[in-house]
Amino acid sequence: MTTTTHPDTTVVADDTVPAIHITREFNSSAAAVFRAHTDPDIFARWCGPHDLTTTIGTWDARTGGAWSYQSSDAEGNQYGFYGSFHEIRPDELIVQTFTFAGYPDGVALERVTFEELDDGRCRLRAMSLVDSFEARDAMISSGMEHGVKEGYEKLDKVLEGAHG
Amino acid sequence: MGLPAEDQLSKVFAALADPTRRNMVTRLTESDATVNELAEPYDVSLQAVSKHLKVLEDAGLVTRSRDAQRRPAHFEAEVFDLMTKWIERYRRQAEQRYRRLDAVLAELGENTTEKDNNTGAES
Repeated sequence: MTTTTHPDTTVVADDTVPAIHITREFNSSAAAVFRAHTDPDIFARWCGPHDLTTTIGTWDARTGGAWSYQSSDAEGNQYGFYGSFHEIRPDELIVQTFTFAGYPDGVALERVTFEELDDGRCRLRAMSLVDSFEARDAMISSGMEHGVKEGYEKLDKVLEGAHG
Repeated sequence: MGLPAEDQLSKVFAALADPTRRNMVTRLTESDATVNELAEPYDVSLQAVSKHLKVLEDAGLVTRSRDAQRRPAHFEAEVFDLMTKWIERYRRQAEQRYRRLDAVLAELGENTTEKDNNTGAES
């Protein structure tokens, strides 16, 4: 029930484990989309929001390898991210960890699969698993500084009514 | 983290993690119901149903009127909608990211023929 569907990206917040599932189709082969995830130069071109610049640090896209990158905004603020490539299977699968350097105790386990479809298309499925529902919910609500406060206020109001 | 409302959102997710409670919420979207009515389809005690109801109440998903004798439970759609909105926002961010990837793939498709896939170690 916590599913949002759309012709494009589909996001499901898992009810049973603290995970987020994303599904998306591409007009490219599984090999091309896989490469866009493992080639650091290509990855840097699409991973961050438009207003952030991505600088790759470590990048060794092999089973047992590691990765890191920094995102910088116009004001010079930097946000670091790093993790390990746990399993890399060309054109099929990436299992990796993901940590925001500002909160090194937190880690997400990510699994991305690339499935070849007809007509040179492919379907990407990404699962991101963390160690608590609280952390998962924080992930969902992150990067929404504007909307989220308004959301809290609204929720506060609803709850006030419920208990008052 | 730390904000009361954020804890509340976690409670909403946790409350909905249980299949019985999900069924109860589905039932309550149709109409208000008493503990007895909610217990009917299940092979569980009224106490067990009350306990589930309490979890839903604590999460703000369900309210119960104080005046009425039967104290029917009422589903608070607004709280549920809020959660859906947050997920939709998250979805839109993911979609924007993948549209950037679409554009990059379209550019690459014009001048590459792959086969140097799983490189990466460089720099």
